[in-house]
Amino acid sequence: MSEFLDELEGRTDAADPTSGDAEIQNYTINFGPQHPAAHGVLRLVLELDGEIIERIDPHVGLLHRGTEKLIEYKTYQQALPYFDRLDYCSPMCMEHSYVLAVEKLLDLEVPLRAQYLRVFFAELTRIMNHMLNLGSHVMDVGAMTPNLWLFEIREDCMGFYERASGARMHANYFRVGGVHQDVPLKLLTDISDWLDTRLPRLFEDAISLVAENRIFKQRNVDIAIVSRDDAIRWGFSGPMIRGAGIPWDIRKSQPYDVYDRMEFDVPVGTRGDCYDRFMVRVEEVRQSARIMKQCLAEMPEGPVMTTDRKVGPPKRGEMKRSMEALIHHFKLYTEGYHVPAGEVYVATESPKGEFGVYLVSDGTNKPYRCKIRPTAFSHLQAMDFMSRGHMLADTTAILGALDIVFGECDR
Amino acid sequence: MRAPAPRYAANDGVIEHAAAALGDLLVEASDLVGEVSLTVPRERLVDVMTRLRDTPGLEYQQLMEIAGVDYPSRPERFDVVYCLLSLTRNHRIRVRVTTDEEQPVPSVTGIWPVAGWLEREVYDMYGVLFSGNADLRRILTDYGFRGHPFRKDFPLSGYVEMRYSEEEKRVVYQPVSLAQDFRNFDFMSPWEGAEYVLPGDEKAPTPAPAATPPTPKTAEPSTNVAAQPQAKGAQSPVTADQLRKADAEAAEKAKADVDKPKVSEDTGDTGAGKPHPDDGPAPADPDVVPTKGEGQNQ
Repeated sequence: MSEFLDELEGRTDAADPTSGDAEIQNYTINFGPQHPAAHGVLRLVLELDGEIIERIDPHVGLLHRGTEKLIEYKTYQQALPYFDRLDYCSPMCMEHSYVLAVEKLLDLEVPLRAQYLRVFFAELTRIMNHMLNLGSHVMDVGAMTPNLWLFEIREDCMGFYERASGARMHANYFRVGGVHQDVPLKLLTDISDWLDTRLPRLFEDAISLVAENRIFKQRNVDIAIVSRDDAIRWGFSGPMIRGAGIPWDIRKSQPYDVYDRMEFDVPVGTRGDCYDRFMVRVEEVRQSARIMKQCLAEMPEGPVMTTDRKVGPPKRGEMKRSMEALIHHFKLYTEGYHVPAGEVYVATESPKGEFGVYLVSDGTNKPYRCKIRPTAFSHLQAMDFMSRGHMLADTTAILGALDIVFGECDR
Repeated sequence: MRAPAPRYAANDGVIEHAAAALGDLLVEASDLVGEVSLTVPRERLVDVMTRLRDTPGLEYQQLMEIAGVDYPSRPERFDVVYCLLSLTRNHRIRVRVTTDEEQPVPSVTGIWPVAGWLEREVYDMYGVLFSGNADLRRILTDYGFRGHPFRKDFPLSGYVEMRYSEEEKRVVYQPVSLAQDFRNFDFMSPWEGAEYVLPGDEKAPTPAPAATPPTPKTAEPSTNVAAQPQAKGAQSPVTADQLRKADAEAAEKAKADVDKPKVSEDTGDTGAGKPHPDDGPAPADPDVVPTKGEGQNQ
């Protein structure tokens, strides 16, 4: 009735607002694509109610390079360097899935030393990746010093990369049939010393600054809680699913290379929040160091590349003396090897989660289709429901704990 | 399996179990290269996926990946491949449906919300439609992109390129112009069914009219080389699955010496050989004056 009276007297809400009438619209802001906390070229369209996040629409694809299409036009060997450029924070782990997929199609045996070297460097890569992620996560929520210390470790890892493969990041070191070259003994002893002295000192120092820190906990504990069911429905993997309390690690449950000979523990979270995901990664670094030490202790002598000359190139010295070796070398570096027709989906535990390669071969020397399963796709997609109801400032903590790299997400 | 690929639970009985759970919904099932793959009718996909997830003994809780594959020669040219993972049974399986440019695939976002982006990607790259996906926008390509780039008939170089125009003070799009032709090598050898005649061969008498004469492909300069299907080498005669089974049989026979490498590093086995097998030490070279052991600058 009062509305009717108001209308008769020409009194409208707009002209004379009372406190209940005023309607505040949600507003939308744009985060990225150029933002230091976006970890690359991520654009988030955030719908906010005051400072509370109502909805997030991530826009990805700004780094899309058509890797999968390019691979269809390259031989199997030429396609390998593209994988370094997917997740450029953990290059060798990207190569790992691909070489295992091709080897599965070829049904190729890999020398034991090569398998040890791959596991060894995959774990070094995990340390390298987590250094970047943990460091940028603490920096996103306000701490500066730990990041600098963790980058010291990352720098060491890159130095080891360079000594093994010649490149600091884009290693192109894992090959179908083994690894490109054997490592010098001095490198192994240096890494062994580093694992015993420098890594634990720097790492434990840096983590001791944040792990029990009151501010760090305020920013991370109970932020973006993910239940076990949600983690499964949203296709989580890696530290994200372990943070949610599901003990799932492909290295443990579906071992590849020599992971079945390694002894390591799989850390799981109890609450499924950002702090748990952070601490799962912290513990994974310690476990990686443990695996690397076991590799160093057990690694046998022997060849590091398959001796199947239809896949593995001959040695340089052999080529000087043997006509057949020279022909093999020529054929391998022009035409490449032919992979028999078939299709496989091979997934490994990359530092960020399940990184899979679905490879379709039609029997020629080039892949017919190479679908790459990025870890970031399912994690970033879940960001909408994870951030809902949180404050705007929590976005950076959530994003930091997701561990997204856009080379891999956008491909 | 000799390759060091991830080893999960055995495939034994999975197909039978799936066939019992799916009934007439299973069109085809295969266990190739150690991986189980099911082909199911497109219209009943959601039903199939629900059964695969909820049937005890199958329990594929997670959808890890949706991959599109393009086979232009088929009537329904696209395969949409769903990779499922069972966390409890530690097993992987693939489910495949086929479709074309117009027939939509039912969305599985109701079962797995993660399918939202995965379906968007397949739509973006191949133009496969998904009915029931509430948010079927493009995802990886540029805003305002046209075409579906991963189709086999889409050129590798694309159709447009963009640059910043100093005159217009903005980013402009223009047709692709390559400074260098796309290099496309031909790996087919004349013995393996290459469809061209080597220079000089046309003078030779054609052997028999029964065989269709190979159409001579003249080297006319093409305007858009990248648009042509890529040149590939000959197909290897065996499939990966045959190879795997043959290897498994060989491994059965030679179980005693599995620890030995397949081929030794011996020069005798690689064909390198020694320079002069029976010659003993090399004869003295008359041109070489033996030193007195005092170094070069005597």
